Parts: sequence; C-alpha cells; structure tokens
Amino acid sequence: MAVNVSIPTILRSYTGGQKSVEASGSTVAEVINDIDSRNGGIKDRLVKEDGLHRFVNVYVNDEDVRFVGGLEASVADGDSVTILPAVAGGMR
Amino acid sequence: MLVIQRDLVDRMVAHARRDHPDEACGVIAGPEGSDRPERMVEMVNAERSPTFYRFDSGEQLRVWREMDAADEEPVVIYHSHTATEAYPSRTDISYASEPYAHYVLVSTRDPNSYELRSYRIVDGVVTEEPVDVVESYMFAHTGGDDVPDGE
Repeated sequence: MAVNVSIPTILRSYTGGQKSVEASGSTVAEVINDIDSRNGGIKDRLVKEDGLHRFVNVYVNDEDVRFVGGLEASVADGDSVTILPAVAGGMR
Repeated sequence: MLVIQRDLVDRMVAHARRDHPDEACGVIAGPEGSDRPERMVEMVNAERSPTFYRFDSGEQLRVWREMDAADEEPVVIYHSHTATEAYPSRTDISYASEPYAHYVLVSTRDPNSYELRSYRIVDGVVTEEPVDVVESYMFAHTGGDDVPDGE
C-alpha cells in the first residue's frame, strides 16, 4: 500500500527538507505511524490524544479526513495524502 | 519588512470592510522565495464569525495546490479584527504555522480609518515589522530580483 504524502513547509525539518515522502498503511493512522518510524517526532505534531491535532488538516486525495473518519479514514494504494497547517485565529 | 503594492492593501481593506462585522481572511501568493505578494485570493471564513476565522479546509486545499503548481507560496496571510486592534491574539499565534509568511492584520473597528500591521510569527514568537506600501514593485528595492546572480 504505497501512498505519497505531501509535507507542509513547517514540518519539513522532520523529512530532511523533502516536500513529499512515500509511506504505507491502510488508514491515516497507519500512514502517520509509518512516516513517524522514519521521521521521528512528526507524529506528535499531527496527533494528540488519539485525535488529529486541530492545528493541521489532513486530506486523502481531495477529502478532509475529519469528514471521513479522522485517523481511521481509509487509504488505498496510489492515494495521495496531503498535510496542511490549518489557517485560523480570532480576536481572543 | 513587508513590501506590498498599494492596490493589494486597498483590496485587503475593502475585503475586511465588506465582511465587517465578521472577520475576513485571505492569502496573497507570490513566487517561491521572492517575498513579493502578487496574487490575492479572498478566502471564505468558514466560521462566519465576528471573533474567529478559519479557512475552509476544502478551499484551502485547492488554493494551496494552485500555488504549488505555479511555484508560489503564501507570502501574506491576512485577516481582520473587527472590534480590537490589529495585533495577533493568542489564538492567532497558536495557529500561525507558515514560517515564511507575513501575517497581516487589518482592524476595522473604526469605521472612518483602518489599521494595517504586519508580523512574523515563528514558534509562537511575534515580531512586528514595518510595512512599506509601494505603487509598484518595479522600482522598490526589495525581493529576489534585486539579488545579484551569484556565480
């Protein structure tokens, strides 16, 4: 199950500057664990208490995984996974 | 320092005024490494709120892909504060995660004048920077074009 994972600028320090990495897994959680096994520390920036960190968006192809099962969202061979920083804020 | 063309400043302020009292937000893309904001994209505030903003995640994916395909990056990320000053809030700081972006805040609390300020926000540290509004980048002494080609 090979997928391409696109890494945002802020997390490229974990991937030796690479914009994308290959990974395997059949769910988003498995893909993140697989990336973390070779780029230690990146998981802590993505996942908190078994849920996705609110500061990041993760997509499988065009789908925000928050709407399709979160970390349990399924990933198929050839899918592309995109990680983006969530852009948000407010007056407080 | 943020060097930015006046027409882009005017458009950010117009966007903020139009969405007032809700917060407005958007991005200005520029060529990778140029530090020059060129292409403004007004984003939907998915929260439609006077106290909070969030890029719609689907729209953000499309816009970030467009930038990637055009070798652009987000040079400016802007949003408005509609009742407070143009200074990053704790929430703004906690979310800021584009290390090369200028975070621009526009305050529309005064109906007769606006306040526009720019910041770098890296690892939770806010640094305000001067804003140089220029009529055209052609004559402004900044950006990648001014760096002599190294051999």
